[in-house]
Amino acid sequence: MYAALWRILPGPIWVRILIVVVLLAAVLFALATWVFPWIDDLTTPAQDVTVEQ
Amino acid sequence: MTEQQDDDPFAALRADDGDAAEPVPSRKAARRAQAEAEPAGDADLRRPRRKKRSIGSRVVGVFGELLITAGVLVLLFLGWQFSLNGIMLNNQQASDANDLAAGWATSAPSATPVPSVTPTDPAALAPSWPYGEPPVMGAVENTESFAVMYVPRFGADFKKTIAEGVDPRAVLNNGGAGHYSNSQMPGEVGNFAIAAHRDGWGSPFLKINELQLGDKVYIETQDGWYTYTYRSSEYVTPFGVGVIDPVPQVPDATPVDRLITLTSCNPLYIASERIIAYGVLTDWTPRSVGAPAEIAAIVGA
Repeated sequence: MYAALWRILPGPIWVRILIVVVLLAAVLFALATWVFPWIDDLTTPAQDVTVEQ
Repeated sequence: MTEQQDDDPFAALRADDGDAAEPVPSRKAARRAQAEAEPAGDADLRRPRRKKRSIGSRVVGVFGELLITAGVLVLLFLGWQFSLNGIMLNNQQASDANDLAAGWATSAPSATPVPSVTPTDPAALAPSWPYGEPPVMGAVENTESFAVMYVPRFGADFKKTIAEGVDPRAVLNNGGAGHYSNSQMPGEVGNFAIAAHRDGWGSPFLKINELQLGDKVYIETQDGWYTYTYRSSEYVTPFGVGVIDPVPQVPDATPVDRLITLTSCNPLYIASERIIAYGVLTDWTPRSVGAPAEIAAIVGA
């Protein structure tokens, strides 16, 4: 899978490395900004630090 | 065999070619010639590395890469949850707390402090309030931030907002504390009960078990600073609602003291119990007098 992705990237090796770095940064940003907070909300225990009311 | 032959996989080839006394055009050609000459056995090792993979092998390969990706994502999430998100929430909390305090500093105090007069009622002698009875603010909207708490024992620059309600997603996951809506307000006779996370989401109450007798918990509101003094701790089940009663654990008693109750989870990361910390109001300082000395440097800064 990743080998195939590497092969379809254009240009010489340093251009490919640059593209991969940019893509990784974009993926990490999207994860930290949208995906992880969403999972965090889904997995928050309903009641963890409070006494039942 | 010499060392050089050990290191060089083509040494044997070259030796063969040397015996034939023919010039060697390239290693590639030599390898091809060797492969043709020996179609079985050793020749397998010298095949070109890339060969056509079967569909099954490819599926397994992609599946394996997906599993590795999933594992990396889980580790990234944990790293985000316990480190990056905490740092971001703590920065946000510090900035929110400063904004609140700065807003109160510029707006006129809602209650004008009056100098104390010697009380004639002996029952009112303890404690005496040098700036008069502590004012009590009215009810606030759900999820609205209405106070800032400072606890030097939790950290020299510890300041968190306190918002109305204890809903995890709407309030507590913002990294501050939440006020039990059915408990009293700061300075009120009874029990000002708040909750906050201890592991994750900035871990505001991480050190709740390290409070020591006499430690101060400062609550700043629009009116000024309420100084609560830590007195005792308790461990209860998740259903121990008695801890937020006006008189903790005595449901029908008439309150006399002005208490604060901090609740969080215990043990760390497991949360099968609740850890409770109690304090009692020992002082109150109106906004016009200025912040108590212990926290003066970090209020609104």
